[in-house]
Parts: sequence; C-alpha cells; structure tokens
Amino acid sequence: MKDHFYSLVDHATKSLQGGELFFATLVGETSDFVRFNHGKVRQATSVTQAHVELTLVHEGKRQSITISLSSRPDLDAARVDESLADLRKELQSQTADPYLVLPTEIRSSELEKKGRMPSRDEAVSDVVAAAEGLDLVGLLASGRICRGFASSTGQRNWHALDNFNFDWSTVHSADKAVKSFWAGSDWDRQELARRIDIARRRLGYLDKPSKKLTPGSYRTYLAPSAVDSLVRMLNWGGFSERSQRTKQSALQRLVDGEVQLSEAFTLAEHTAEGMVPLFDELGFARPGSVAMIQRGKHAGSLVSSRSAKEYGVTANGANEEEDMQSMVMDAGALPTNEVLRALDTGIYISNLWYLSVSDRNSCRITGLTRFETFWVEKGEIIAPVDVMRFDDSIYRIFGESLESLTSEREFSVNPGTYSHRSIDTSLLPGALLRDFRLTL
Amino acid sequence: MSERPESVAARFRKLPLRVDDATIRIAEEETSRVSVRDGVAEPSRVRLDRGAMIYVQIEGGIGYAATSDFSDEGLRAAADAASEWAKLSRGKSVFTSPPPKLPRPEGRYESKRGTTETLGRKEQVDLLLRECESAKIDSRIVERSASILSVRAEELLASHSGGEAFAEQYFLAPSLAVTAYDKGRSEGRSFGGRYGGFCQQGGFEILERAGFSGSGKQTAEEAIELLSAPNCPSGEMSLLLMPDQMMLQIHESIGHPLEIDRILGDERNYAGQSFVSLDMFGKYAYGSSLLNVTYDPTDPIEFASFAFDDEGTKAERVHLIKDGLLLRGLGGTTSASRLGDPSMAIATTRACAWNRPPIDRMSNLNVEPGTSSLEEMIASVELGVMMKTNLSWSIDDSRNKFQFGCEWGRMIRDGKLAEVVRSPNYRGISATFWRSLAMVGSPSTREVLGVPHCGKGEPNQVLRVGHASPACLFDKVVVFGGEA
Repeated sequence: MKDHFYSLVDHATKSLQGGELFFATLVGETSDFVRFNHGKVRQATSVTQAHVELTLVHEGKRQSITISLSSRPDLDAARVDESLADLRKELQSQTADPYLVLPTEIRSSELEKKGRMPSRDEAVSDVVAAAEGLDLVGLLASGRICRGFASSTGQRNWHALDNFNFDWSTVHSADKAVKSFWAGSDWDRQELARRIDIARRRLGYLDKPSKKLTPGSYRTYLAPSAVDSLVRMLNWGGFSERSQRTKQSALQRLVDGEVQLSEAFTLAEHTAEGMVPLFDELGFARPGSVAMIQRGKHAGSLVSSRSAKEYGVTANGANEEEDMQSMVMDAGALPTNEVLRALDTGIYISNLWYLSVSDRNSCRITGLTRFETFWVEKGEIIAPVDVMRFDDSIYRIFGESLESLTSEREFSVNPGTYSHRSIDTSLLPGALLRDFRLTL
Repeated sequence: MSERPESVAARFRKLPLRVDDATIRIAEEETSRVSVRDGVAEPSRVRLDRGAMIYVQIEGGIGYAATSDFSDEGLRAAADAASEWAKLSRGKSVFTSPPPKLPRPEGRYESKRGTTETLGRKEQVDLLLRECESAKIDSRIVERSASILSVRAEELLASHSGGEAFAEQYFLAPSLAVTAYDKGRSEGRSFGGRYGGFCQQGGFEILERAGFSGSGKQTAEEAIELLSAPNCPSGEMSLLLMPDQMMLQIHESIGHPLEIDRILGDERNYAGQSFVSLDMFGKYAYGSSLLNVTYDPTDPIEFASFAFDDEGTKAERVHLIKDGLLLRGLGGTTSASRLGDPSMAIATTRACAWNRPPIDRMSNLNVEPGTSSLEEMIASVELGVMMKTNLSWSIDDSRNKFQFGCEWGRMIRDGKLAEVVRSPNYRGISATFWRSLAMVGSPSTREVLGVPHCGKGEPNQVLRVGHASPACLFDKVVVFGGEA
C-alpha cells in the first residue's frame, strides 16, 4: 500500500502547474471482521480499503477531494489525474483561505510494526472453541492498519501496524454480562482462552439476584473502563481550542478558571504512549505529550494548525476535530486489589453506557450503568445492580467527590470501526468517588 | 470514466463460483460538504467512494468480502475470501437452520428531485455566508456556522444467478448553528438540530422546503433569548414535543427497540439489546390507542426511501404499531428466517457503505398524524412545557430508561404559551412513556425529518434514517432543567 501511495503522489507531483502545491493523506486497512453472537459466528467479513485525501493548494487557496483507491496503478493514477483537474477547476472560483498553514520543514518518517494476526481459520475456530458453553457476543477485528502522508515538497510519512482488537461480552442473562477486551499484535490462542476463562469465572458474581437501587447519591468506584467513558465524553469538543474560544467546551468553567477539579486529576494527550502516527493530516509533527488538565487545573488545549492561525497560538499536532486520540491520565495511590476494601459500602461500576452532556454549562453528564455493576457491603460484593441512570457534573465527580485514583492503570485501544478501524488509545486509572448521583 | 456497475455485475456473474447463493452489491457515493464559519468558508469536503461487497452462501455457511478493485482478479479474490468465510463458518454460525436464499430483485429506484439543477460550491458558500451574516445580530453571538451536505449515491444489487436492482439517490441536509455567550453562560440554537435534522431525499429544492432561507436570523434571536431565559422548572407535568424532538424520541425508544437483530442478541456487546421480546408482537400495548407507527419506505422525500433493501427484499409500507398495539419488528429476510417466520420480513436490512455487510436498521420510521391542532393541544394543558430541537440523548442498554434534552423550551400555563425556558430536559421509561401519549397532532403539525448519522453494528455503521412526525402531547412526564 505504501509504494502504491507514494507512486501516486509522485505521479501527481509531475503534473503540477506553476505555483501549485500538492499533498495527500492515506487511511487504509486490510481487515478481517468476525462478529459473534451466542458464541457462534454471526457475520464474517474481509475488507480491503484505502482512501486518499488529495489536496491542491494555489495562491493561498486550497481544495480537497477524497477518493477510494482500487490498488490498480493505472486506474488509480487516472483517478488522481481526474481529481487534480477537478480541484484545479474548483480553485478558480475560490477565495484565499485565511487559516491555511502548511509545514515549512520537511520531516519524513516511517514506522512499520509487524505482528502475527490470526488466520481466518483461527479467528473463527479459536474463539468458537474458547467460548464453548458461553453466551459470547462481540467483534474480532484484525489486520494491517495504515496511515500515510506525502507531499509534492518531498515529505513522506508512513505509519503501519498489524493489530487485532477483540471486544466482547460474556452474557450471564438478560442485561447482565461481563465485558472484556484484548488488543495486541501477536495472536495467541492460549492467551485468548485464558482471557475468556477469566470472563467465565467472573460470571459467578452475576448469579445472585440483582439489587434495585433507588435514586440518590452513592459512594462509588468507577473501574478504568467507566472512567474512560466519562473522559471520552469530554472529548466531544471539551479539549478543543476552537470550542474553548467559542465558549462551547463542556469544560468552559474549568478553562476560564471558575472551577477546578481534584488535584489528583491530571490528563494529557500523550501521543508517544499511543498508537496514532507522530504526524498530523497536514504533515506537521506531533509533540510527544500535551497537558490538558494539570493537578485539577486547565493546562492546555488541542490546537490544530487552522485554530493556531485563527487565534494566533501555537499548534500542537491536533487533528482538525481537535479531539484526544491518546488519552493518558495520571495514576493515584490506591492499589487495585484494595478497591473493594476502600469502597467499603457502595457501588462498583465496571462499565458506563450511552453518555450525553445534559447541561453543558455545568458540565453535567448523564448515562447509565451497564455490565458488571455491583452492590458492595463492607468490602464484599453482595449482588449485581439493575441498570441505573446517573446525571452528575464532571466538576463534582472529578472534583470534590474524587477520593482517590488507583495506582494501576488500564491501557485500551478504542474498538471503534466507523468507516475505518480506530487506533485511539487510553491509559486510565479507576476512580473512587465519595458520591455519585443516580437519578432513575 | 468509471465502469458502469451493470458491467461489473456482468463480469461477477461470469465468475465460476461453487456456491449456493451469491450477490454483489456495488455502491458509489459522492459526498460534498460545504461549510462556513464566522464569515469564512471552511475547506470544502468532497468524497468519492466506490467499492463492492460480495456475499456468498455455501452449505449453510455465509461469508462477505469487500473490495474496491473491480478487475476480474479483484472480484475473484473477494469472492474467494467470502467463500473461505462461508466454509469456515459452516456449523459454527448462529443459523440453526440453513440461511435463506436471498430474493432476486428486479427494478430501479430514483430519488424524485424537484430540480435537477445543483448549486455550485461557490453558490452554496455564498448562500451560507448570507445566512451566517444575518445571524450576526448581537455582540453576544460568539459563533455562527452553517453547512450543506449533499450526496449522490448509486447502488446496484445483483444476484450471481440473475436479477438486479439499481438505485440512484440524492440526499441533502442543510445545517446552521449559533452560539451565544454572556456572563459565564453559553446557549446554542440550531436549525433542525446540530446533526442535520432537516435531511431529506431530493434536489436543492430541499433548502426551500426546509425553510433554510431566513434561518440564520431566527436561530440567532432564539439563542439570544435563551441567555436571559429562566431555567426549565422541575416537576411532573405535560410535555408537548415538537417534530424535531419527536424524531429522536421515535428513533431511540421505538426504532431501536424494535430491531429484530437486537432482540436476537447480535448487538448486545455494542449498541445494546431491547426490552421488547418476540412474544410481545401482536399482544403488547406499546402506547396509548393514539399511537400509530409505520415503517414507510415509500415517501419520496423522506431520507431512507428506496425500492429494495440490501438483501433484495421489496420495500412496502407497513404498520409496526397500530392503535397502540405492537404488531411487528424491524427485521429483514435473514432475521425473519432466524425467527423461523419468513412472513415477518420487511425490507429494512441495509449497509452504510460498500465495505460493511447489511444489518437490520429502522430506515423510515414514522408516527402517523392524529387529529389535534397545535392550538388544541396547547389549550388542553394546565401546566406543561413545549420542547423543540434535540440537544442531548441517552437511553439504556435495553432501550428503556431514557433522558433527553432540548435546545429550547416554552412553558404552557392554563392553556396558553408562556415564558421561554432554557435547558429543558425530561426522562422516562419507554415501556410506559408511550402510554402517556395524550394527543397527536394533525397533519398540519407534521414534519419530515431524519437522522443522518445513526450508529449501530459491529463493525460499526453510520446510516441515514428518516422520521416523520406530528407534534405530540404526553401527560405526567418528569421534566427538569440545567443547574442554576
């Protein structure tokens, strides 16, 4: 895919006319998707796809088009030619883009991480065998993921990795289940079986009759997956420079210094610890880490090159949406194996679900408990809890209510596959809260 | 010039496949998004996506493979991959009896466009700039943005053994949003919601039908009004939902719970399951006797109208809920086969693009109009709130406990419209909420809207869905506002 991509950019560069600049970004993958239900195969699909965004710049004007590649050199070169002609025509009717910024330095890079992906046979047989007797439902996605950038200035960036991501639930009954995930670069049948077996054993906690809670405030532990859901919700514009400048960030009061979170709360976009490329869509290099919240106070935002030009600040490698792709939160001091003792009596929440900002001005977020939510008394799991709705402010949850964070953190790869497989990651601790507001 | 899909399908048919059933679905989509923000044109987005999904069934196993390589070698490789999956899944799939043979559709569908004239990108930019400029009414307006999403989509579904259906569709979704800010508080107002609720099928006449012209000023005025509006009060009261909130209410608490693949458990790891069980069809009172819900793929302007779904099942209008009684769910030929009742199939199994296999979706799902005028509904309310335009949405794993918020609310007191309120929210439980439906608006209150980005499925799929609804009045709903 890399050679094909670079040769198309070389081809386009040769046809440029006076003063034109050209660059292209590639998002591609060769993926096997096996969808399971009841421990059996529901749908198995192979997908080979590569989409290239071609951008032509001339006299401060820019126009882009994204095309799907066929992988046939002659056909794709012809599509690039057609696209360039269309872009050139469109540019004629445009005015200059006041926020266009392009790299002035050429920084090429290349990263290839090879792994051992499951064969199609393994993707089906290993999971079906390990799930014997279980009601397992979920998706195994595997294969190569590629990102590329190349420009007529000669810059070349390539980022390719082999990755599998198995995201599944082992269902006990009705809406009671154990949620699990396993992502990596080396498929190992025995490790898969071990992880599914852990889920099998955890089903035992769901055997007891469930407890119905009444709305109110409860002492609560949020496992790292639940913390991930809350922080990811803030990522809907919360950390964006543009959103903050236009007063649309859900974290606006934190940004404006009106409130602050607990000193234990420190969050950064840490590209160096993630899986996304070290270059952005325009070819700029991304810094290894950008602080968002430092010891409870606003510390920075995600600034795309466009926002940088508009607001006169320095870009920091953010994508156009200005959202976090490699979230890293500092750990605390609470050992994970002491969580139940520290919780004492309250709710242990493994997963949250369907979050939405219910009041942006107060950063209030609503959502629901999902799998593996338990009622705990005196450090002992007593019973699973029926689904409850929460509606509470992040300023409270991670502010006055935050008692401690776990000393161990969980690394996860976003299992999202909208349009293409995500390589966003998070490294987050669990959080013990003095209280958490349940409303329904 | 790209090869016509009919020609690609003809070459697919020449492949010597040793299968029980096979189809190719060739999809090409050209998407354009033109947008402006605060008087500046943003980089416009054009996307040309073309590829094919091959489906194969061999001795009870099924497999899929997607490719954008339409050469003979590319089609062959995809067919081989699909065949390998089919063989590997034999005896290991969710099908307890052989999967159904898919229909062999024959036909053609084309969006009805009021005008085939398209606005060029410059004309679109100029139009959007004008609307945004008209929203510049107050120094407290801190952002104005507008966009037009237009799509031309072609799809050919062809069976290896003969039969093909072709669709050429045009979609348009204008959007406009304004943010106002003062004294530490921000309020937003949008035209049809932040996610393009005024989406329809057709040509650029949709802009006029949606009333886009003039939307900038009105939206800005309402955003400014919200800055000084009191918080929505809390309590149990009557709730009058306008169509641009009704569509989300229908979508989340009728559409998704009725998807048969959820009821069969396919979505339990991702999009969730359903409080609806198979034994409820034909017996369960989903709502009050005023509730009539149709699956209607025949309205030419609605967002998800078509002639055949992506399994080749012919699309027809059917009642899912009649006079409050739940009759059937949203499942296509494959799901009906899994239920053991082929008569349950309705044409709503769809894929979002060439690179995803089809699954059960809601397509066009509508609440049928009643007989009450808006004035009659308002006059009947002692204490209540009218809510417009969805802002936040959340519902549980089983599509039961929900909480929705709107951009704009207005109190109703003693049968009359009263003050505007900000941050109106409400919550309830699907299983009981629809039984509190007290009045259904007449056709004069009906609007044809939609959800351009409905997410579901593993691998994930974002799909176009249509919803038409009148305004509706509900009794005794828990309503509340934002924090003071």
